[in-house]
This record gives sequence, C-alpha cells and structure tokens, in this order.
Amino acid sequence: MAIGLHDSEFKNPVIRWVDQRLPVFTMMQKEYGTFPTPRNFNYFWNFGALAMVNLMIMIATGIFLSMHYTAHTSYAFDSVERIMRDVNFGWLIRYVHMNGASMFFIVVMIHIWRGLYYGSYKAPRELLWILGVIIYLLMMATAFMGYVLPWGQMSFWGATVITNLFSAIPLVGEHIVVWLWGGFSVDNPTLNRFFSLHYLLPFVIVGVVFLHVAALHITGSNNPLGIDPKGPQDTLPFHPYYTAKDSFGLVVYFIVFAFLVFFMPNYLGHADNYIPANPLVTPAHIVPEWYFLPFYAVLRAVPDKLGGVLLMFGAIAVLFILPWLDTSKVRSMRFRPLAKWFLILWGLNFFVLMWAGAMPAEGIYVTISRLATAYYFAYFLVILPVLGRLERPLKLPESIAMPVLRGGGPVLAGAAAKPMEKA
Amino acid sequence: MMRIRSLLGALILGASLSLFPGAGRAAGPSVAIPDTRFSFDGLFGTFDRASLQRGFQVYSEVCAACHGLRLLSYRNLLEIGLSEEQVRNIAAQVQVKDGPNDDGEMFERPARLADRFRSPFPNEQAGRAANNGAYPPDLSVITKARANGADYVKAMLVGYQDPPAGMTMGDGMNYNAYFPGFQIAMPNVLNPGQVEFADRTEATVEQMAKDVVSFLAWAAEPELEQRRQMGVRIMLFLIVLAGLTYAVKRKVWADVKH
Repeated sequence: MAIGLHDSEFKNPVIRWVDQRLPVFTMMQKEYGTFPTPRNFNYFWNFGALAMVNLMIMIATGIFLSMHYTAHTSYAFDSVERIMRDVNFGWLIRYVHMNGASMFFIVVMIHIWRGLYYGSYKAPRELLWILGVIIYLLMMATAFMGYVLPWGQMSFWGATVITNLFSAIPLVGEHIVVWLWGGFSVDNPTLNRFFSLHYLLPFVIVGVVFLHVAALHITGSNNPLGIDPKGPQDTLPFHPYYTAKDSFGLVVYFIVFAFLVFFMPNYLGHADNYIPANPLVTPAHIVPEWYFLPFYAVLRAVPDKLGGVLLMFGAIAVLFILPWLDTSKVRSMRFRPLAKWFLILWGLNFFVLMWAGAMPAEGIYVTISRLATAYYFAYFLVILPVLGRLERPLKLPESIAMPVLRGGGPVLAGAAAKPMEKA
Repeated sequence: MMRIRSLLGALILGASLSLFPGAGRAAGPSVAIPDTRFSFDGLFGTFDRASLQRGFQVYSEVCAACHGLRLLSYRNLLEIGLSEEQVRNIAAQVQVKDGPNDDGEMFERPARLADRFRSPFPNEQAGRAANNGAYPPDLSVITKARANGADYVKAMLVGYQDPPAGMTMGDGMNYNAYFPGFQIAMPNVLNPGQVEFADRTEATVEQMAKDVVSFLAWAAEPELEQRRQMGVRIMLFLIVLAGLTYAVKRKVWADVKH
C-alpha cells in the first residue's frame, strides 16, 4: 500500500480529515455499508449480529456489576444481594447479566445450528468455523466461572465438580486440580481467580470475535442455498438491506430477553444458588446451568471418569475437525435429502441430551444418555464422512438470483417442498 | 391488551418450556406442592400491603425467635406500607451492637432505620446449640432458594401431621408432609390464634401461613412490583418498535425480488 494520505471519498470536511489519516470511515463503509452480501439470507442469518450485541450487553452490565461485587467467600453472596436491593437498578443490571448469559447461549447455539444446516463450516470457511468454536469454548469457560461468583450452593458445588474433572488426568491430575484451586479445596483463592478470569475472558472473546468477523469478510457470507454469489445480481449491499433486517431481528430478540428479565428472571436458574455456599452440605442433585446439560449428560454417560471427561471435551473437539469430516461438497442441507434428516435428528438428539443431563444419573436415564451420546458422535464421525460419498444431492441452482429473477423456477421450489422426489 | 399479553406469554413460555425441559430444577422423588393463590402470582401480580403487614407481624412474633432476615434493613419496612414513625418504633425495640466508641468499647443501642435486621443468634453454632443441633436458616431469600418458592414454604408451614404408622422419627424431629424426607427439626409453630392481627383478620393457621409467606416473598424480591411495571412498559415499547422496524424492513426490501 502506498504511503501517504488515504484517498477519502467522504465530503464532510471533518470526516474527510480523519479518514485521510485513519481510514476507519472508509473501512466501515466497505465492510458494513457496501459490503456485498448474498441476497437470499433468511432470518437464521440474524444470529451473528445478535451474538455481537449480546456480548456487548454482557460486558457493559458486567463492568457495572463488578463495581459493586466483592470477590470474597465471606461477602460474595451478600454483595450480590446488596446489588439486588441497594444499588440503583442493581436488580435490573444483575438480571440482565444473568439472563443475558442464557440468551447468549441460545443465540450462539442457533448460530451454530445455522452453520451446521447450511454447511457454513465447509471450504473456504473452515478457519472462520474454527474461530467460532473457539468463541463457544471461551464462552463456556466464562459462563462457568461467572456462575461461581455469587457463591451460592450451586456455585460452590458446580465449581467443585467441574474442577475435580481434571483429577481424572493420569499422573498430574491431582496437581492440576490443586493448581486450579489455589489450595486444597474450592475456597477464597479459587473465587478470586475465577473473578479475575471472568473479567478477562470476555475481552479475549472480543478479540476472537474480531478475527471471526475479519475472516468472514474475506470469504464472504454463506447463504441458504450454499452456493457462491456469481456476480452483483446475487448480492445486495449490507446497508440498508441487512441493517434493516437485523434491526427487526434485534427487536424480536429484545422482546424475548426482556420477557425473561422482567417476568421470569430466575426461571432458568437453580433455586439452590440462593442458598449461601456451604462446603459441609452437598445439594441432593448438583445440576449445571441448562446450557451445559448436554455435555454433562455426555460426561455421565461413561462409567469411567477419565473416559467421561475425554468424551465431554471430545464433544466440542469434534467440531474443530468437522470441516474435514463432512465429505460432501454440497453445503446446504436443502440439497442433501438424506443428510438433512440425519442433521435434524442430531438437533433433536441434542435436546434429548439436555434433558438427560438434568435427570439423575441412574436407571433409564443413563441408557438414554448413552444412546444419545452415541448418536451425537456417530453423526460427525460416521454418518457425515460416509454419507458424503453415498448420497446423491439434488441439483443445485445455477445462481442465487436465478430462481428468484426467473419467476421462482422449479429448482428451488421443488427442492424446498419435496426433497425426496428427485433423489 | 389481554389477548396480546396471553398470546405473547404463551408463545414465549411455550418456546422456553419446550427448549429447556427440566432446566433449573433437580429431579428426584418429590411431593406435589399444593398451589396457593397469592396476590403476587402470575405475570402481573402485586403484593397485598395488608397481607405483608400481617405477615411481618407473624414473622416478628413467631419466626423471628429463631430465624434471621439479615439482608433486610428496618427502613425497607417503609415499602410494606408502615409509616416512618411505626418503623422507627419497631427498630427502636431492637438493641444492636455498635462501636467501638471513643473509649474503644463496643456498646448496644436501639436500632435505627438504616440498621440491618438483627439476627436471633450471633453465629451458626449458637443457633444449633439452642435448637437441638439444627440451624434455623436465614429467611431473607427463602422463597427464591426453594423450588416452588412461596407455594412450598406455605405448604411446609401448614404441613405438620402425625407421622404415618410404622415410621420411626429421629430424636426431636417432626413429621411434615412437604419437607424433603418428611422429618424436620422445626416444630409446628402456627396454632390457631397464635397472633392477634391488628386489622382483626381471623388468625387461622392458613391465614397466618399465607400472610407470612407473602411477607417473605416480598423480603426475597422487594423489586418485584417495580420490575413487572417496568417490564410491561418495556414490552409494549418493544412490540411497537418491532412493528416499526418490520415496516422499515419491508419498505427497504420493497424493490428487491426475493
């Protein structure tokens, strides 16, 4: 790039002056103004923007909460209740933060599902996908440590159970657990470091999100047809088309969010977390937050501790190699008549795991967990690699614009309505 | 209004219920908790001030002997409709520890509005020593800290019965139909006429239990009314805004075939 002032196209003298020296306005115009975006997004494509907004809400509310929170085992519980009672609108800030975590996982899970269904993980978006999985992992770590901070019974026992998982590692496991705790049990040093990391990790997430978006703007977005835009007739400028569409989605998201915060703020939480942590009393059932339940079910499906831990982490790890497990070149499930149903079954199976994770680890629940766990992995490790070679995909449309501009040609309409007929 | 409200409520509730089966509650053998109709039930319920005041009376004359309410300050009682003078008098009857004074001594003085409720026992050990080894929990957030919150606490308070034949009770334990495990260290404390309500409401066990649970529900969620009021305004605003943004989206996309 040539050295010297940037050749700005902005007319406003102030904006122009800044833009010549630091072309942030040109960049915003390029990346969010004229950025060519496939014209056929459905509402699933709102969820990336929603996740971004949700992250900002979490950071903003979190900063205000930390101004009043005390990270000490003797004061943490009371300081949270003090926020609820004596800080101006403290109850609102805390309930937004608390339910914001759930909303964040709902939004990101739908975002991931969108990627699975429309094949957004496939070439050339492998790295984009991997960065997304890293964000998901960081979110889980952040949420786990955040849940410990109010120092209720579930905070304490959840932290105890999860940190103890590392003791399953041969030879060094016990040492790692002591190192994580900063002592010989979950105690004040643990709470302090969790608070520190809970404040740090969101900013790491911001960094990875930046990379995620940067990578997205190199490859461009996928779309419901899973085919690449072939020219200007296939795309629309991001603004005003998708800013308008995202705005509507954002308000609908706020409605769901506000309903949780104002009318059922504790619905997704566990009552036991309003009991101050007591190392001498174990709750009857230690249950993680709902967004961990599927992985909790995988953990408990295995009779061996180390095996369970490995499989649980494997449930996320398998997502990293997903771009190379799926052997089909066709991205969108709209054109994969068999894989589509296997994926929908996988989605339902995820809810089965979530339900099984909330049940006690005994009797029929263990059997169900095992079957569901088996299918969770089988989809990635067996079905996708094999099906890509066996399945005959439907005929892909020639371009994104074609089925639309030629009066809804038979290709798209037929594919969406009766996927099996042409197979 | 009614229709929008129930439609929206049903939609979101249905969606969240189907999304999260069993989220937030531990499974296990449990007794069905009878549903009590409280004024603060539902999405739009509010606290009944008269009930809260009666409930406070039950708390201070019966429960407070063993159970603290340490997260509340006396000034909070202004919110249940008591006058400032009444609350000052209530506080003044309690001696709280303060200090050190200029001589370096701790001293006791009557409580003021800003003081937190004094707990009946100085520490857990003292509580256990006075109660046959059982520690009466602080009640500040009790309705948030139990599954089925208010309904459970109310059922428990009226759930004392004779143990079924053949059940051996632990030493000093009482049978309660709704307490997990059915054996509770706390004795039945509510008997008809236990308190004399200032407003001449008949002090049946049912009435006292309902009132004190209403009071405890307020103590656990004093922001409930403000939260719901704000929620209604925000939901209405967002629904209008959703309509507007959808119209804008339609207008922007009007010239695009899709």
